Amino acid sequence: MSRLLDLRLLTVAGSLLCLVLGLAFPWSKTPLIVGLCYGIAALGVAAMVRAGQVSFGHAMYACVAGYTVAFLARAWPQLDGMLLIMGGIGTSLIAGAVIGVFVVRYRGIFFGMLNLAFCMVLYSVIGKVYDVTGGTDGLRINRPTVLGIAFERDGFETALLIGTLGVAVVLGVLVQRYFQSASGEALAGIKTNETRLEYLGLSARKILWNGYVFSAGIVGVSGAMFALVQGLVTPDIGSWLRSGEFVFITILGGSGHAIGAFLGAAVFELVKLFAAAYMTGIWQLLLGATLIIVILVAPQGIVGLLLQKSAASKGGGGH
Amino acid sequence: MAALVHTEGLYLAFGGVVAADGIDFHLESGERLAVIGQNGSGKTTFINICTGFLKPTRGKVFFEGRDITRMGPRHIVRLGMARSFQLPQLFLEHSVRQCLEISAAARSGRLCFLTALGRSVDSREIEHTLELVGLRERADEPSSSLPEGQRKLLDVAMALMLNPKLLIMDEPTSGVASEDKHGLMATLMCALDERQVTAWFVEHDVDIVSRYATRVVAWTAGKLFADGSPAEVLESEVVRREILGTA
Repeated sequence: MSRLLDLRLLTVAGSLLCLVLGLAFPWSKTPLIVGLCYGIAALGVAAMVRAGQVSFGHAMYACVAGYTVAFLARAWPQLDGMLLIMGGIGTSLIAGAVIGVFVVRYRGIFFGMLNLAFCMVLYSVIGKVYDVTGGTDGLRINRPTVLGIAFERDGFETALLIGTLGVAVVLGVLVQRYFQSASGEALAGIKTNETRLEYLGLSARKILWNGYVFSAGIVGVSGAMFALVQGLVTPDIGSWLRSGEFVFITILGGSGHAIGAFLGAAVFELVKLFAAAYMTGIWQLLLGATLIIVILVAPQGIVGLLLQKSAASKGGGGH
Repeated sequence: MAALVHTEGLYLAFGGVVAADGIDFHLESGERLAVIGQNGSGKTTFINICTGFLKPTRGKVFFEGRDITRMGPRHIVRLGMARSFQLPQLFLEHSVRQCLEISAAARSGRLCFLTALGRSVDSREIEHTLELVGLRERADEPSSSLPEGQRKLLDVAMALMLNPKLLIMDEPTSGVASEDKHGLMATLMCALDERQVTAWFVEHDVDIVSRYATRVVAWTAGKLFADGSPAEVLESEVVRREILGTA
């Protein structure tokens, strides 16, 4: 129990830190929201990692959601921000449900590459149909009202920060509950023994499909929020590089617990900020080195390290 | 009433090796069937065909009178035929208890999304089963930490959690220390009686076969060549010569 308590404390402390930082240093709001969006996306990718599957194309769901927000906001400028986000989540869920039917038939490298393929097709189509999507210039999104309130830029960012933080915590709890439910444990069973799942009368494909749609929806949340904070969507939101970053964060943070995605995102953003300030030319090198260290020292990610530590102290009867 | 399982002229060959050569077989409810035969004689292949893992080239399999020849394992399991494996099939990153809990949750066919696994199943039933197979002490350890014999037991227990009508066990006592074999079979049979589960097990140990089976079939080269009470089959000259190697 102490282990769960620690992580709960960590969640509360982290959320407060985000809020205080954001309010004290207004310039930090955007990086904080972006970091939280990355964390939410990694949360979705982590669900697939639980099943032993790594998707190199999940940014497409952020992309689908982001463009949905842009299309809706341009078609009906009076639509509230909440509705825009709902719309984005809806289309990413639908996209996940349809694409999921194909990809859940595959495992391992085939699963990863098939996702990448879908992602790249979407990316190129968006880049080409200039009339509809604005091509590589993207689409601008005018600042919508939030819950009926019209905000100035600063107030809007504060509202988004609080909203993103709230959504991140709620999704984190939701995902963690899913991980520990019968569905989530069966999902983890796909990683170790599909034969046994079938011989328990369960369909591994159905279980993976459920997880896949769920993860697509979560990545969609991040895409919709991201589009709003930027006030702009470009095809880059769905590039394979972005998918790679999500996977990077998931591995960095670990998929043993939902909080891992946010710890990974925090480290990722910090390293990027630090590198941007002091090592501009070689920031990728710094990121790469971080990943190598994590894989060597903590193959289960940061959260794996935390869980291991608390399990050890519990086992030793210590404090 | 139809037999629990019956097959008609099952035929399957792997290249030149005929693993099932026109098998006509039937199993009634309430039987304790022991299957004996040398390695490679087709015992496991026959199980794989009946549970839908392999499709026969010719012939049909029926479960409670229903044709299940073309069904996959998942559907056949749902009809009430569960199995354990010669090489235990466990969820190696889950604890022993979780393995059983997933099994119990699978029985209903509907998996919860937000209720914790442990709370969505009957914990008394899990404890009872853990007790039954002697794994209570290790319930919270990862299943990968179990020695081979206990993995076997967990594998059987996972199948048992499904409350099947028929439980097929492929060599349940191999890898179990010989002094524990009888105790294990006694508890298993007791559990099966309690739940009125028909049993079908592959076994090499003659003592175990004669003590716990009500019927024995002997297998050779993809064929059934002896079928009867343990006394009849185990005493017959040809079985002693061909399979047991004691005559």
